[in-house]
Amino acid sequence: MMAQVEKVVNTTPNIRVKTRKSFLTPKNAPYFFIGPAFLLILIFSVYPVISSLILSFQEVRGVEKSFVGLANYSRLFHDPIFYKSLLNTFQILIIQVPIMLFLALLIAVGLHSSMLKGKAFFRISYFMPAITALVAASIVFMILLDEHFGLVNYFLSSVGVESIQWLTTPFWAKVSVIIVMTWRWTGYNMVIFLAGLQNIPSELYEAASIDGAGKVKQFFVITIPQLKPVFIFTVVMSTIGTLQLFDEPFILTHGGPNSATMTITLYLYETGFKFFDFGYASAIAYVLVLITAVVSWVQMKLVGDLEE
Amino acid sequence: MITSKKIPAKIVIYILVIAGAVLSIGPFYWMIVGSTLQSGDIFHVPPKLLPGDYLAKNFQSLNESLGIGKIFWNSLFIALVYTVVSTLISAMAGYAFAKYKFKGKNLFFFIILCSLMIPYQVTLIPLFELMVSFNWLNTYQAIILPSLASPFAIYLMRQNMQAVPNSIIEASRVDGAGEIRIFFTIILPVVRPALAAVSIFLFMSQWNSLIWPLITLNSKEMFTLPVALSSLIGMARIDYGQLMLGTTLSTIPIMIFFLLLQKHFISGILGGSVKE
Repeated sequence: MMAQVEKVVNTTPNIRVKTRKSFLTPKNAPYFFIGPAFLLILIFSVYPVISSLILSFQEVRGVEKSFVGLANYSRLFHDPIFYKSLLNTFQILIIQVPIMLFLALLIAVGLHSSMLKGKAFFRISYFMPAITALVAASIVFMILLDEHFGLVNYFLSSVGVESIQWLTTPFWAKVSVIIVMTWRWTGYNMVIFLAGLQNIPSELYEAASIDGAGKVKQFFVITIPQLKPVFIFTVVMSTIGTLQLFDEPFILTHGGPNSATMTITLYLYETGFKFFDFGYASAIAYVLVLITAVVSWVQMKLVGDLEE
Repeated sequence: MITSKKIPAKIVIYILVIAGAVLSIGPFYWMIVGSTLQSGDIFHVPPKLLPGDYLAKNFQSLNESLGIGKIFWNSLFIALVYTVVSTLISAMAGYAFAKYKFKGKNLFFFIILCSLMIPYQVTLIPLFELMVSFNWLNTYQAIILPSLASPFAIYLMRQNMQAVPNSIIEASRVDGAGEIRIFFTIILPVVRPALAAVSIFLFMSQWNSLIWPLITLNSKEMFTLPVALSSLIGMARIDYGQLMLGTTLSTIPIMIFFLLLQKHFISGILGGSVKE
């Protein structure tokens, strides 16, 4: 007993002596490791989030700030362009995300099926758009979709379709934004689905075949339920991404024509950095926070209900 | 019977998959061809689908209107410094979260999770005010510092560090290795794949980022590639050859890296959310 205690007492100082070489001990080391991240997040995330909330209750004129209560928020309620930006964002969300995820799933299933050769090549090709800057993608499509001489209208006219005023009419401008987003992100989601498909244990399919289930039945009974977590992940990520849509409409249409492609973030940018109306822009930002929280909560809730 | 039924289905799938691939890569091809054409020829009817001989001219005029060398350097310098420092910071923080017990750990991790979920748009205006008060507009640090501690990267590194067995850390402590040495010589080599994924993710997000550089940079010689390209569109007379060359220059380096490091790249861009 005594000998054991002595041993313990003896070894502890030994370790101390050795670690004294560096100023860090296992006790204070975590603060050193976390320090830089902590400081940066405090200054560049926590402070701005709080400051922005305060700003949203203020009016900013030059360097002078004065509290105006809820004036910025009540102004939002009467701002037709803000309503339009909300509506546009949600229209794009509701149309683009399902189309994109459907295409991504379709391609993933196609590539996953064993009969296809050159899978690696196709996988890379489809993923390629995801490496381009949104700015670059938008510029290329801006030129492709030019209403007079664009390549897309040229191909359409060669099959007898009248040329479309892609970027200059409200309806088609939205379609154009949706096209660019779909081009840029389908392959990205496809690779996520593909990984999900590859993670489904093959025993499940083998067991199903033994039970006499056909390919189609297997798809609905095994593939779809097994992909559910992956599917939820892509829906939530795409939704959050779309709520923050900025680059594509900024480059393609600058929010036009007649605010048809104005999005929440684009409106925030214009209010804040074109008109320097910081208070109002902060209110827009906080409404975006609220919307993101509510939409994410609803999606989580839906998933939870489905699970029960 | 079986084969005659299967072949048409196979052909249909091939046609669809190839058509999709053409739609995915087509715009790249056209972008590259466009960078070798004169502005007017990009809209030629019928379209010119083969490279022209205007590449050098486009480069010259792009350089005259933007100083493309400096802009390319700005983008590269910012993205590289950002990637290296941010990867290190997030690995350190992730390590602390995964392998130490300390006061305030839960609170700080909660802050990380919050900043992961709050849209970045909220921070734009106070950050801009901050940059103005630091007198940092048109500087590299204005682009690099605010997003240097990426909550996402920290979270990801924490997940990966948790998989490292505690026994190797304890063994090195008994051997007398200091905490910093353990981190650099034992931990970092073990999590190399995660470091690769995180740094590709960070590099791409910085290289492609538009809105923050757009806000903080207004002098031409400090522009990054995305800001410079968006400024070309604002011009009264757009030179499309220049524009196509600019987009090509911003895309090609990434494309080469992608083709060389496909697997790392895909898991990097997906933010390590997909394990292969």
